[in-house]
Amino acid sequence: MTQTTEAPTGGVADRTGAVPGKRVTSTFARALNAALADSMAADASVLMFGEDVGPLGGVFRITDGLTARFGEERCFDTPLAEAGIMGMAIGMAMNGMKPVVEMQFDAFAYPAFEQVVSHVAKMPNRTKGRVRLPLVIRIPYAGGIGGVEHHCDSSEAYYAHTPGLTVLAPATVRDAYFMLREAIASPDPVVFLEPKKLYWSKEEVDLAELRRTFEAGQAPRRIGKAVVARPGTDATLISYGPSVPTALAAAAAAAEEGRSIEVIDLRSIVPFDDETVCASVRRTGRAVVVAEAPGFVSVASEIVARVQERCFHSLAAPVLRVTGFDIPYPSPKLEHFYLPSVDRILDAVDDLQWED
Amino acid sequence: MSTATNEGRNGMLGGAPGGGARDGGTTPDSALLPSVEPVQLVDPDGHHHTDERYPLPDGDRLLDAYGRLIAGRRINDQANALVRQGRMAVYPSSHGQEACQVAAAVVLGAEDWLFPTYRDTVAVITRGVDPLQVLTLLRGDWHGGYDPHEHRVATQATPLATQLLHAVGVAHAAKLRGESTVVLAMCGDGATSEGDFHEALNFAAVFHVPVVFFVQNNEFAISVPLRSQSVAPSLAHKAIGYGMPGERVDGNDLAALLAVLGSAVDRARDGGGPTLVEAHTYRMQAHTNADDATRYRSADDVERWVPKDPITRLRTYLRALDLLTVELERALADEADAIAAAIRKGLNTEVTVNPAELFEYVYTEKTTQLREQAEQLREELARDAAGTGTPTSDTKADRP
Repeated sequence: MTQTTEAPTGGVADRTGAVPGKRVTSTFARALNAALADSMAADASVLMFGEDVGPLGGVFRITDGLTARFGEERCFDTPLAEAGIMGMAIGMAMNGMKPVVEMQFDAFAYPAFEQVVSHVAKMPNRTKGRVRLPLVIRIPYAGGIGGVEHHCDSSEAYYAHTPGLTVLAPATVRDAYFMLREAIASPDPVVFLEPKKLYWSKEEVDLAELRRTFEAGQAPRRIGKAVVARPGTDATLISYGPSVPTALAAAAAAAEEGRSIEVIDLRSIVPFDDETVCASVRRTGRAVVVAEAPGFVSVASEIVARVQERCFHSLAAPVLRVTGFDIPYPSPKLEHFYLPSVDRILDAVDDLQWED
Repeated sequence: MSTATNEGRNGMLGGAPGGGARDGGTTPDSALLPSVEPVQLVDPDGHHHTDERYPLPDGDRLLDAYGRLIAGRRINDQANALVRQGRMAVYPSSHGQEACQVAAAVVLGAEDWLFPTYRDTVAVITRGVDPLQVLTLLRGDWHGGYDPHEHRVATQATPLATQLLHAVGVAHAAKLRGESTVVLAMCGDGATSEGDFHEALNFAAVFHVPVVFFVQNNEFAISVPLRSQSVAPSLAHKAIGYGMPGERVDGNDLAALLAVLGSAVDRARDGGGPTLVEAHTYRMQAHTNADDATRYRSADDVERWVPKDPITRLRTYLRALDLLTVELERALADEADAIAAAIRKGLNTEVTVNPAELFEYVYTEKTTQLREQAEQLREELARDAAGTGTPTSDTKADRP
């Protein structure tokens, strides 16, 4: 596909960490792999399938080792047909399984769109909850990796606009693990957006410890719960998925200029956590939404609308957006002009009518 | 999976309808092709034609199916009348196709699944689902009225061919658990043009799952004739492209349908994999009551199919054998009338819809936003009921 098919991890799926209690480094990709393996180990009805997810372990190696460990009946390759993958997953979920499917790249998920919109999202409502669809649609998502066309789309708005879908986008290694496990355990269908550019990001986490925490029921719920990724007092940056590290970098840069910027990591686009977002904006009085997708009719637009509806009297300035331009995702040599950058975010923060 | 698929291929070839006993994979690929003429066991004049591949179902089975056929026709006629009376929004009738409807339901066991389309109301009712629950969709008080798990009947699919993939998934899950479930998935001739039809047949063949794909070729997709959908020798010929057997059957011959579909179901249950069955039938009425069929076909075209009616030929055959007596015919007609009367009574009863339900099933647990919207609607309705106007607000504070 692209130059991005290098394996971020080389291990097998059951090597989920190291000595208990010892802090070790894990990548985002490794955490997702461990979350899949741990979910499959904990629940025999969890299946993983898609394109190249079997012996190869997926083009991003997120399913590395799963076929070897769980057998080719539980982690397997399908014919190359996304609607087929999605439609078969629906039937399996109707019949007692918890399928996790991988859409190889964001833009390659589009052939499955009818199945997602007309059935995944609507079947539980159509049947008054008699048919639940506990399935997860994993989508390597968004840009910043120098990918060619069709490999870098930010497609969250299509899904977020469709009632019935839960739409998640983790931004940290720890959240990647906990949120994927929570998604697989959810009785509702989940679109799980994995920011490709974060696959190789690292944190000091012990994956075995995360597993014990989750399985002991001690991991706080993340679906529908945003988090303050960096506290601040002067303005709020609201972000999710691939844009969170950029927002954090902007907040760090702003701190050097004497501005205390709070960063919200939404984690969950649907359900949306109005409470956490609005509590922050009411405190700071200023807000900028940062997202990679084109801004027109976007998740960012929705956040701005919600914030002004709920926080109007607390606002000292209009809520601004830093998003992708309203153009098709650019070629590798042009993408840095498109992506929200620290400078563009700082410019937006400067525009928040501080003189008032 | 790959092992299963390879083993399956032998079974698939050997188990082709018409191929007789399994022969370990030495049957030529042409065994996957359908017969030159559609399988017919009872012709339009009610005469039995022997087919060495398909024994005629016994008299009791035919008589039972005939009763369901009579009921199916009565249900179609009653539903059409109820649309004219404004009791249902629309009804896509299977008038003329009732033999397909009955056969699709009765060849399945309790452990099996049926995946119907919007035109397959009679099949769903024949499977045992309460007619009033089935007609909820078309009456317009919810998008589905029955519990799919209760009778193992999926919701009636309105998007074309999408349900075929769900059928593959249900069968795949059953196979992984070692269950003997067979899934029969229905679609029309128009739906064979959809990409999901192709993907479903290919997935079913590759994973060697127990699905019988049942195409009712009624010659029209709303107004578009079959020749504009496909120039394949027949729709059943498409099967060989997926490495599964295809078969053609006279879709107005209930005896032949029972034999051909029954054979495909048995094969699937025995691990022989999927089959594509094409039934040649005719949509005697317009697509729905909202359609004007005179714009795209002549009355003569339709007239040509009247003598091929599925009820007439089976009645003639069963009468000739003295299996169907005048008394029995009267009793079957009375039973059909009773079903129609129950439908009439049910649909003439005003249904109270509950707007609060709109928010109940979107997610297992309502989101904060849906709770707010449900509350907004509840307040609007309460104000309407109380006759009070919309409250005004002059507060300059943020909403909580």
